[in-house]
Amino acid sequence: MSRRLASFFHGRPRLQVGALLAGPMGWLAIGYLGSLAVLLIAAFWSVDPLSGEIVHNLGLENFETLVNEPVYRHIIQRTVVVAALVTVTDAVLAFPIAFYMAKVATRRGKAILVVAVLLPLWSSYLVKVYAWRTMLSAGGVINWALAPLGLHGPGFGVTAVWLVMSYLWLPYMVLPIYAGLERIPNSLISASEDLGASPFTTFRRVILPLSFPAVVAGSIFTFALTLGDYITPKLVSNDQFIGNVISTNISSDLPFASALALVPIVVMVAYLLVARKLGAFEHV
Amino acid sequence: MSREHAHPARTAWLVVAGLVAFMLLLAGCGSSDSGSSTSSNELQKLGKGEGQVNLISWAGYVEPEWTKPFEKESGCKVNDKVAGTSDEMVQLMRTGQYDGVSASGNATARLVDGGDVSPVNVSLVPNYKTIFSDLKNQPYNTFEGVHYGIPHGRGANLLMWNPENVKPAPDSWDVILDPKKAAKYSGKISAYDDPIYIADAAVYLKYHQPDLKIESPYELNEEQFEAAVTLLEEQRPYVGEYWSDAAKQISAFAGGDSEVGTTWQYQYFALKGEGKPVAASPASQGFLPKEGATGWSDTWMISSKAQHPNCMYMWMNYIVSPKANAEVAEYFGEAPAQSLACAQTVDKEFCSKYHAEEPEFWKRVYYWETPLADCGNGSSDCKDYNDWVKAWTSIKG
Repeated sequence: MSRRLASFFHGRPRLQVGALLAGPMGWLAIGYLGSLAVLLIAAFWSVDPLSGEIVHNLGLENFETLVNEPVYRHIIQRTVVVAALVTVTDAVLAFPIAFYMAKVATRRGKAILVVAVLLPLWSSYLVKVYAWRTMLSAGGVINWALAPLGLHGPGFGVTAVWLVMSYLWLPYMVLPIYAGLERIPNSLISASEDLGASPFTTFRRVILPLSFPAVVAGSIFTFALTLGDYITPKLVSNDQFIGNVISTNISSDLPFASALALVPIVVMVAYLLVARKLGAFEHV
Repeated sequence: MSREHAHPARTAWLVVAGLVAFMLLLAGCGSSDSGSSTSSNELQKLGKGEGQVNLISWAGYVEPEWTKPFEKESGCKVNDKVAGTSDEMVQLMRTGQYDGVSASGNATARLVDGGDVSPVNVSLVPNYKTIFSDLKNQPYNTFEGVHYGIPHGRGANLLMWNPENVKPAPDSWDVILDPKKAAKYSGKISAYDDPIYIADAAVYLKYHQPDLKIESPYELNEEQFEAAVTLLEEQRPYVGEYWSDAAKQISAFAGGDSEVGTTWQYQYFALKGEGKPVAASPASQGFLPKEGATGWSDTWMISSKAQHPNCMYMWMNYIVSPKANAEVAEYFGEAPAQSLACAQTVDKEFCSKYHAEEPEFWKRVYYWETPLADCGNGSSDCKDYNDWVKAWTSIKG
């Protein structure tokens, strides 16, 4: 049987590749692209106001609501701005850490640092967000620590979301940058120094351009994760993000929820196009 | 003749494109028949148990204390999934993987309309006979004369406050809903994070603005709805936190972030148990602020796709049996649905504390219902649940 199968495939390269790819490609197509396609179509459906049933007629009402109702514009803006802030914050925090790990630390120190960066990923997401919630609360440790200085913490709100998200996604930024910096040969840095470049010039003209694709890779994680999260905003603020509105609409108005779910996808595609324009994918 | 070599990437794309087309075809076929009614007929005769039953419940409804005896006596193993909100319950039921759900009134109509649940043959549930009569044939469990579930228990949403900072003790929702009074506790007010909270504003307006002629807080016409939404928009700047899961509100009251707001018995008892300073319109005063309150009356429903219908019927009969119903009511802090449960409670005063046997009391509790366009009086100019959801998003901003 197996021999017959083998002889059947012999000399038929197209079939060989097809059979090999059918499994993973099938999963990709049905599980991922297929559901995306259904999501896309559902976004053009609507809900009958009387029966609450989904009407399978294509129309643009959902997108009109998204554009015309100021509340949704604000929510989209808020989400994108926070995602951008989180990304910048994480990049600024992660770069020195990753640089130290890749170029300065000893082999032992490197191992310890990698574990330290990975460690938060081993504990539950909810535990971490609840821990922040406790720290940020009125009687929490942040207010307690700032009290002697006559200050108080940010409390719950958009600032809290920014803080917590920056904390949560930091490892996703550190690891790609670390991997990117590891791949830069030390000889290039020495050469730059030998040619009389100051440390800052070396950083600006050698290290940064070479590690830029890694920073972009990390930023895709932090940006996308922030765009899609709805539990953190729920736990540390009263402000709605895109995910929150999707979750409140999903049972009563699935088409509208689908239309809203396309927003992060569109934003992400635009983001990737800009990143490509900046040359982020050229040296990978 | 040159032999054509397929480019691997092109082959891959062909496979993907083919499969996507297949998916779309499936989606198209699937959607065309989803409009038709799928509710199967009710069970006529109880058979042998299927060995297990998969439930969706509120936290505290399915606990080992009373599921263990059930498993022993019926041979049905109980698998329970706890849901946090009515919306979540509806979504879980739509997966078709569960046999039944303890649905509140704001989910039942949606489940019936969606064909997700089947009618219940109450003659197969012997304990149904002795359930309080004011819980039977209600708009949230009986549709066009057909029973769709077995009542489980009921309660009112409470007003809770921190007695150290909220003085004098409030006897009205105005402490959080009247903008002038709410300003005093700005940033310390806790409100329920769900579109159904608009009904709390409607209950308040029904009492304070009789000229709006609100009958049911779930059947609101344009004008009444606008008034309720405006009230909540005015409340918005003073709200410290909207809560949707009990743990979040407990931590807010425990940490001092919230001092007054709407709650469930569960959080109140949990905070009291931790020794935190909380007070609520107490059972001895009927739980209710002077306007009355929204509340819930929960119903066990059976899925139209139930894999274990016999076990589900056995469960529905068991959970309203006098002893089990008394246990769950005392555990959760709600009034039992079973009239004979009152003789089985550990605290002999329990039923009188929770007004289980006083139909008059429950007239001032407005059980959650799904808002529908149909106002119940023949006209259909009421705001439906979708309008409530959209308005809720705007209120929170």
